[in-house]
Amino acid sequence: MQEVTQLKPEDFKSDQIVRWCPGCGDHAVLSAVLKALPQIGYKHEDVVFISGIGCSSRFPYYVNTYGIHSIHGRAAAIASGVKVANPNLSVWVITGDGDALAIGGNHFIHLVRRDVDLNVILFNNRIYGLTKGQYSPTSEIGTVTKTSPFGTIERPFKPGGIAIGANGSFFARTIDSMPKLSTEIFIEASKHNGASIVEVLQNCVIFNDRTWADITDRQFRDDRVIVLKHGEPMIFGKERDKGLILKNSQISVVKLGENGITEKDLLVHDAQTEYAGLHLSLANMEYPTHPVALGVIRSYNLPTHYDQALTDQVREVQQKSKIKNMKDLLHSGATWEVK
Amino acid sequence: MDKHTKVIEIEEVVIRFSGDSGDGMQLTGTLFSDTSALFGNDVATFPDYPAEIRAPQGTVGGVSGFQVHFGHSQINTPGDYCDVLVAMNPAALKANFRWVKPDGIIIIDTDAFVEKNIIKAGYKEDPLKEEPLNGINLIKAPISSMTRESLKDIGLDQKSILRSKNMFALGIVSWMFDRPLEHAIKFFNKKFANKPLLIEANTKVLRNGYHYAETIKAIAFNYKVRPAEITKGTYRIINGNTATAWGLLAAAEKAGLKLFLGSYPITPATSILEELAARKDLGVKTFQAEDEIAGICTSFGASFTGHLAVTSTSGPGLALKSETLGLAVMTELPLVVINVQRGGPSTGLPTKTEQADLMQALYGRNGESPLVVMAASTPSNCFDYAYMAAKIALEHMTPVILMTEGFLANGSEPWKIPDLDTYPEIKPPFAPKDQPYSPYEKDPDTLVRKWAVPGTPDHEHRLGGLEKDPATGGVSYTPEIHEFMVKAREEKINRVAKDIPPLAIEGDEDADLLIIGWGATYGHLLTAIDSLRKEGLKLALAHFNYIRPLPENSGEILGRFKKRLVCENNLGQFANYLRMNFPEYPYHQFNKILGLPFTVEDLKDAIRKNLEV
Repeated sequence: MQEVTQLKPEDFKSDQIVRWCPGCGDHAVLSAVLKALPQIGYKHEDVVFISGIGCSSRFPYYVNTYGIHSIHGRAAAIASGVKVANPNLSVWVITGDGDALAIGGNHFIHLVRRDVDLNVILFNNRIYGLTKGQYSPTSEIGTVTKTSPFGTIERPFKPGGIAIGANGSFFARTIDSMPKLSTEIFIEASKHNGASIVEVLQNCVIFNDRTWADITDRQFRDDRVIVLKHGEPMIFGKERDKGLILKNSQISVVKLGENGITEKDLLVHDAQTEYAGLHLSLANMEYPTHPVALGVIRSYNLPTHYDQALTDQVREVQQKSKIKNMKDLLHSGATWEVK
Repeated sequence: MDKHTKVIEIEEVVIRFSGDSGDGMQLTGTLFSDTSALFGNDVATFPDYPAEIRAPQGTVGGVSGFQVHFGHSQINTPGDYCDVLVAMNPAALKANFRWVKPDGIIIIDTDAFVEKNIIKAGYKEDPLKEEPLNGINLIKAPISSMTRESLKDIGLDQKSILRSKNMFALGIVSWMFDRPLEHAIKFFNKKFANKPLLIEANTKVLRNGYHYAETIKAIAFNYKVRPAEITKGTYRIINGNTATAWGLLAAAEKAGLKLFLGSYPITPATSILEELAARKDLGVKTFQAEDEIAGICTSFGASFTGHLAVTSTSGPGLALKSETLGLAVMTELPLVVINVQRGGPSTGLPTKTEQADLMQALYGRNGESPLVVMAASTPSNCFDYAYMAAKIALEHMTPVILMTEGFLANGSEPWKIPDLDTYPEIKPPFAPKDQPYSPYEKDPDTLVRKWAVPGTPDHEHRLGGLEKDPATGGVSYTPEIHEFMVKAREEKINRVAKDIPPLAIEGDEDADLLIIGWGATYGHLLTAIDSLRKEGLKLALAHFNYIRPLPENSGEILGRFKKRLVCENNLGQFANYLRMNFPEYPYHQFNKILGLPFTVEDLKDAIRKNLEV
């Protein structure tokens, strides 16, 4: 990481015309990323954006860094190769609910398992937009789309459940319409050593408009989401009058002041603990029984992560081995002279 | 009676060690062939083993074989038929009897020839009565019981004791061919460094086998195969997969780049991943991916960062990698794919050899998707062609598929250690740091674009799978631009031909028949042609290592001869490729799809027949 100053969001903007639909949630995510980039401490040339296929995967064209708009589902694998080959880079994966969790599901879970130091922004709009409106692996049961004209009968994935369930070290969630929170989270993701998964609840204005409206509409958003902050009690609500407690091993919503409940009774968010049980419960909370959790839900730093461990192992073996170059290798072991 | 043994000098010998897949035949064969190479013979080996790690014991399906061909003169193949067959049980005899020469020697472990095993092998009665043994010298040795007797006081359990019976067999054969035992004993000392009892046991059984053969004089003579007349130098034994891995390492060193291998274990390519995973001392990074697709994708990513990036696989894996290969064609990034072919389609014959992935390598992608296809032709020249595959990929900014085969991957031969200073320079077209960069600006002669890697200031750019405008590097769907780019990518690969050596002819310039081959069939083709030329036939061989593009003089050479016979281990894929490229000539074909290398005898028959037509 190099010391970088003076860079502004505009410096990371490319000269390409942004081609997302007017009103698409992707615009806000791009803008939040552009705000985060000058603050993560990398120069332009040390930042790489890798995307798969889908609407959001156009993203690399719009940032003035190195980038690859790759093939469907494979961004996590390609980005793993980039980061492992050159750990000095800040590598970002841009993916969607279809790209990461359907066609690229295998790469996604293995990225999480290996804990390669990548930052994944998963745009979850619960629909296939680029192919014009088919259900995705995160679409709710019953969703009517072009390929489910009578409603889907498939149970959806929850990205947080997969990431934390696969022993992930970092999971955060934000909403496209909360750019300030998004920027904060992207900076946290960049700081985290290991695979950082950030789910963005994103609106597809054309094919799945208002899919998250139940929780994102401003008039009741604050009562239906909770922004978790490490070390702070779990309070939410427009009036900051609601909180979360653990009762019978389950997370329950309580009202402060009712039945003698005070702030002291509430759960305090510990994002950095190794224990993932509560993180998983928090990530899986759904409206209307619970508020939807936003912010950094889990950020557990393992002693080392894949790309670092591999670099260390290579260095260690190099120091010990007698074989320093090809010539040494060619003449190692059993050889004989013909005179 | 004369107790002295006659010593007979012979030119070359083929020995096949065979037994149950748990009997250690691969090790026995390897130790014998290494000893012969150290002794100064030329050697070629061929392991032939089942896909199952432990198929049902005692059945023909579970027989594992290892053939060694060694000699005083140059050895080009592991040999068709064997002079000596070691059969550790009835199933091994059943599976291999057809490969024994009519005047050959068969050594059996009589202890294993009991009713239960005979039935398991599929014989109805005593196989020694069923098989036509006329002329064959049968050596009945109670190998198991003598192994047991040798080690009765050593303090090992019965199972461990019997596990060393392969060394008794090795001892017998070592005496027959006058091989020293030192190499094998050295091997025990290294392998069992922490188990002195096993060193003692194996050494004892090996020596007892040797002395047994000497004592019983079951064979009234022993054979001497004099050292071969070999060019001076330092030698080592190498198999195809190791040679491939090392060729890539050598290329990385020459180019001044780090080597990255993303791969997924698949027979028979796995040992390339294993070898490179062990080569961290040379700075290699290997990534055992979650699947074949991630294997090539991680390599693709590493290529973007300026590494020599490689993925290794076999046919089914190549199928899975096709989409990413297309991306590498589109983004014009260097990428080496090693495809160690095996029998197909589908899972096919995982441990057997075949040449049927050629069309997949050439055309198995969506769209017009040209890339370079090459093939190695001997275990040791896998080193050279892996080196060249890397050189072409890096200098021409293109994916290259190097085809090897199971037969080369596992086969081994002595190899004169090359002087790397004599290998050509490798100069990737890195973008000059002080000049503006446009990703799709091309060299007017080679049509190769420049390589700018992350970390380089002011060269930030975005690559992608969408069609692009060569002037700006931006996405473009303009019809004329697409046509221009398709043709430019095609022409770029065509121009690689300027950097590859011309096709050479071996044999008679005025031959009546041109034999054409590619890949691993080289040794067999050459042996068949040499043998027939000694009989007075006029023959020439054109063996291809560069398939796309073809050497520039290919058409001229094909036109020089009256008749052409294309020999392949498939149904005629290269023959059809030649028909497409040079439709002006007719082509005869010789094809086998047995999952085995050609036999020289079959080839000679085919060549004779084609001369008559």
